[in-house]
Amino acid sequence: MASLSPIYFADKLRAQQQLEALQARYVGTGHADTTRFEWTSNIQRDSYASYVGHPPLLSYMAIGMGECREKVRAQMIEKMIQPVGKPPEVQD
Amino acid sequence: MSDSDFDTIRKLQAERNAAAAGKKGSKMFDPSSQRTDVSTKASLTESFDTTLYERDGGDRFAGYNTSIAAADGDDDDDMEEDTSRRLVGQYTASKEQMNEFAHGNGVEEDDILLGREKSARIIDRETEYQKRRFDRALTPTRADPFAANGAAEDGESYREIMARRELEREEERVKRAIEEKPTNGETAPHVATLTNEHSGSASDKDNKDTGSAEVVPAGRKRKQRWDVASGSADATAQSAESKVKRSRWDQTPAIGGAAIDETPRRRSRWDQAPAATPIGNQGLVTPMHPSQIGGPVMPTAFGTDISMRNAPLSDEELDMMLPSEGYKILEPPPGYAPIRTIAQKLMATPAPAGGTSGFGGFMMQDPESGRVAGRQLPTEIPGVGDLQFFKAEDMAYFGKLTDGSDENEMTVEELKQRKILRLLLKVKNGTPPMRKTALRQLTDNARQFGAGPLFKEILPLLFERSLEDQERHLLVKVIDRVLYKLDELVRPHVHQILVVIEPLLIDQDYYARMEGQEIISNLSKAAGLAHMISTMRPDIDHVDENVRNTTARAFAVVAKALGIPALLPFLRAVCRSKKSWQARHTGCRVIQQIPIMMGCAVLPHLKGLVDCIGVCLQDDQSKVRTQASLSIAALAEAAHPYGIESFDDILKPLWIGAKKQRGKGLAAFLKAVGFVIPLMDEEYANYYTSQIMEILLREFSSPDEEMKKIVLKVVSQCASTDGVTAGYLKQHVLDEFFQSFWVRRMALDKRNYRQVVDTTVDLGQKVGVSEIVERIVNNLKDESEAYRKMTVETVEKVIASLGAADIGERLEERLIDGILFSFQEQSVEDIVMLNGFGTVVNALGVRCKPYIPQLVSTILWRLNNKSATVRQQAADLISRIAMVMKQCGEDALMGKLGIVLYEYLGEEYPEVLGSILGALRSIVTVVGINQMQPPIKDLLPRLTPILRNRHEKVQENTIDLVGRIADRGPESVNAREWMRICFELLDMLKAHKKGIRRAANNTFGFIAKAIGPQDVLATLLNNLRVQERQSRVCTAVAIGIVAETCAPFTVLPALMNEYRVPELNVQNGVLKSLSFLFEYIGEMAKDYVYAVTPLLEDALIDRDQVHRQTASAVVKHVALGVVGLGCEDAMLHLLNLLWPNLFETSPHVIDRVLEAVDAIRMAIGPGLVMNYVWAGLFHPARKVRVPYWRIYNSAYTQSADSMVPFYPDLDDEQMVRHELAIVI
Repeated sequence: MASLSPIYFADKLRAQQQLEALQARYVGTGHADTTRFEWTSNIQRDSYASYVGHPPLLSYMAIGMGECREKVRAQMIEKMIQPVGKPPEVQD
Repeated sequence: MSDSDFDTIRKLQAERNAAAAGKKGSKMFDPSSQRTDVSTKASLTESFDTTLYERDGGDRFAGYNTSIAAADGDDDDDMEEDTSRRLVGQYTASKEQMNEFAHGNGVEEDDILLGREKSARIIDRETEYQKRRFDRALTPTRADPFAANGAAEDGESYREIMARRELEREEERVKRAIEEKPTNGETAPHVATLTNEHSGSASDKDNKDTGSAEVVPAGRKRKQRWDVASGSADATAQSAESKVKRSRWDQTPAIGGAAIDETPRRRSRWDQAPAATPIGNQGLVTPMHPSQIGGPVMPTAFGTDISMRNAPLSDEELDMMLPSEGYKILEPPPGYAPIRTIAQKLMATPAPAGGTSGFGGFMMQDPESGRVAGRQLPTEIPGVGDLQFFKAEDMAYFGKLTDGSDENEMTVEELKQRKILRLLLKVKNGTPPMRKTALRQLTDNARQFGAGPLFKEILPLLFERSLEDQERHLLVKVIDRVLYKLDELVRPHVHQILVVIEPLLIDQDYYARMEGQEIISNLSKAAGLAHMISTMRPDIDHVDENVRNTTARAFAVVAKALGIPALLPFLRAVCRSKKSWQARHTGCRVIQQIPIMMGCAVLPHLKGLVDCIGVCLQDDQSKVRTQASLSIAALAEAAHPYGIESFDDILKPLWIGAKKQRGKGLAAFLKAVGFVIPLMDEEYANYYTSQIMEILLREFSSPDEEMKKIVLKVVSQCASTDGVTAGYLKQHVLDEFFQSFWVRRMALDKRNYRQVVDTTVDLGQKVGVSEIVERIVNNLKDESEAYRKMTVETVEKVIASLGAADIGERLEERLIDGILFSFQEQSVEDIVMLNGFGTVVNALGVRCKPYIPQLVSTILWRLNNKSATVRQQAADLISRIAMVMKQCGEDALMGKLGIVLYEYLGEEYPEVLGSILGALRSIVTVVGINQMQPPIKDLLPRLTPILRNRHEKVQENTIDLVGRIADRGPESVNAREWMRICFELLDMLKAHKKGIRRAANNTFGFIAKAIGPQDVLATLLNNLRVQERQSRVCTAVAIGIVAETCAPFTVLPALMNEYRVPELNVQNGVLKSLSFLFEYIGEMAKDYVYAVTPLLEDALIDRDQVHRQTASAVVKHVALGVVGLGCEDAMLHLLNLLWPNLFETSPHVIDRVLEAVDAIRMAIGPGLVMNYVWAGLFHPARKVRVPYWRIYNSAYTQSADSMVPFYPDLDDEQMVRHELAIVI
């Protein structure tokens, strides 16, 4: 690290700040240290959010599943909690 | 002041204006904004970020105290109110006014020495009031009653501080009483003055019992800072019996013998030895020269001192002088340390005039003299490295680092202190990289260093008198960073920090104020509300007004940081304090500062805030009442237009108070009333206005300037509320208003002038144009120029906002007549006159027809004037009224004007030439190319050489005119002439002003359209070979424009052919042109994608980074142009070539590449692009993951929803998305 010039360092700092700002606004964004668990949870949640957010798609799925539309919606919202199961154990 | 003086000044001003107009270039008058003042400096009083702190319409600080009341503030307690009742108004202009007239405002010439004289030191630009910050001393560390372990460790407790404040107040009271005694006529019987001439009679009584003549000077008289030293040993001896008061200046321990012995161990402010200056013979009043002091000879400040003879001798010199045998060099006694106090240090600095050579003045430095060279300031301090600078004053603080003592023998504490000093020195005086690392180290190790040692070094530095802006900024930054780390550890030092930071809150510099606010806000978050209150409470009724003022501001910051509700109970208690009126006063002031700082964010707590100060409106102390009403005004202004219900309770006291008050108090009450009325609904506003109007009308005739200003403001506020009708204003207000304010005297003072104009315009909004114009039109022929100007400005503003339909025939005649008169009679050409004339003529429109000939003859006559500004103004007037002349059908006259202007194209003053060109342009615009006199074919060849003129205003106007001709009537000139113009235009592509470059580019487009793109393109392509980057960029833009105007297929072949030139600049230029070209042509790109793809292929795999960067930009524009137009194959192909560039590290390159990827994602959809991305998101190498995640993030933020179908199927039970498999 010592060999880095200060200018480069400043750039890195700025990039870091930008990333943090981005992350604060969009939960689904990631970075080089994002774990598989985090990412898969996010994309699953996004998928459910997308199904629920498009009423025609939701209706289509509801008919396909033979359930009432509202029920399907509730199920999907329910599934957004831990969509890929429990977080992995932290091993130190 | 006699008339002749006035005349001289006026003449001087005129000359100066003329000179300035010739010199200053376009600074004088910017035709685009029509303002003379085009200062590029950020305003100090406005919030910098106008998008965040949007000011809708008006100035949100209007009416606030934007400047800090310094010497003559509203609330300077030490000043007696002006009780002299002047029966006659003041008729002479004040000194400031005369100065303003002499030096002008905004028209004065640039003083080249000004910048040099304006030193960077903060103290040099501070007012007396701000300098009072030095009266405060760093208080001892305080106990932290809220500490986690509960034990309040050493430090002053709250009780002790309060007791001390009580003492101070008592002292102040006694001092006042003593001062007042003689004035109250209670003078002691006359004493013979022979024995003591200069001590007041009051002090006699005190000194009587001592009976000694020597102690008299040390007796109680009004203190003068420099003679504090007279408290010599005698005085100290005396202090044992009669408590001699000391100012805080004298905290340094005396060197004089007796004083030290008497100093008790506990070091509070009261018992420190008094002598600031070294004392020679006991009883002597004059301080003696330091060289006379027995005892250690202190090293003088390095380098600054030219008194070589008095300087201490170095060890080498002593060795040379003294015999080496028979003598012994003694070790300094243990525990001895040279004194490094600043006050004493500074004593050594001023060199006696002509110290060396017997006479003063300039002295050549003798390069031979080793001593001079040896005594230069060190730029390198051991363990610090090369510094940017090192000032003499720094030696006092950092001298320790140079003493060369052995670090191995030091205690941990000493080492720590040295480390801190070193880091601070690096931050303060070092180069930017040094500063950065030192700051980081300080921050990271803050907790290890500890709050005490850190602040012990930092805070005294901030009290240094020679501190400069930059240094202060850096030190404040250090505090800020350290605060974060120390958190609750700062508590014992909160007050010390406040003492140095609070003065920042009343700095002139906006950024300094913001910095101060930030620190205090962080401090309050770190220390907590309870501790902040207990720390600042004692200062609320401090004897010094300055301290109370800054404390109030600091409290407002605390309220902002921790929330108003948290502070409200405390504020309520303070505002009801029974003990001292100062506390109530400060409480009100806090509440005034809160809305000023927070704006409409006070709305939720408005009721609570108003309740706090409600009672203060009926306070016994007039100052408290005044401050309370000012606070109400600030609250109402911030709350506008909501929240009237919060003010319900105080309406009655406010209005009753306004009726009872006189003088300053009344002014404040009126101000509050003025801000509350706009919040009311119609009926109430009407009722309350009529209530207050009697007072306003009475105060119309007040001689007090401040009162006048406030009355005017309140009138305009009342007039602009809905409830107040035009009828009411006409009946009750207008007559008296015009009688008292439309007088010549008002035009002389700039602020009055502005206020009167604004108020009249506001009244005009209600009562109509003719009512106002009718009353003031006669002033247009007044003999006072300033008064005429004021009238013109008012007329201009009223007519501009309301139009001239209301103006009758007779009035119209008088108006035009008056305006013409004042236009002709102006001695200083003023933009106000020009604007006024232009606005009136444009508003009247066709009704001007009868006056046009007269107008034109005036203009013609003035165009011929020998003064440049007159000619310029006449030309400007033509451009203003050309439209109306056309409407009036005066084509013949316009032709005549055109010819005259044409003849004046040889004008030598660029400002005037610019205006003449502008006038020609507006005539061309109005009459059309074909009817233009002189014909275009004569006009254009005359313009070609003018294009070479380097003056911005000329360039801008010529290029505009030429562009217009090229646009509307290119056929009137032959192609060769156009080509010549093309060549001239190339130079304009590197103009500094963006407007000129843009106009030049557009003109290329017009010319290309007129004579066909081939020749123009050839010229432009040649220009790609030039060295200058700016020029190449602009050429690229021009090519883009030509392509847009003449269809891309006329340009692309030549352009792509040019890419074959094996020269980097040219190829880059071509790529750049392509980038602009595709940006401009948008969807048309779909026809050319396949044509340029091979070229882009080549560019994207070039070795040169910049090449690929520019090619990426082209790809981006192409891709965005063809979204949804079926060119996905080509885009995918380009993406494949683009993708490897992902690993570029140069910020520009990677930014362009990522933009291009984003653009292609738009064109081919996220599914395909994401296929590339999935592969790298969890790549083992971080270097790969980083850019891939960047792409993923931007895709996610831009099109998260459309990515959902394309998420990969991972081999995971949980990840299977069954829903997507549903098929009906």
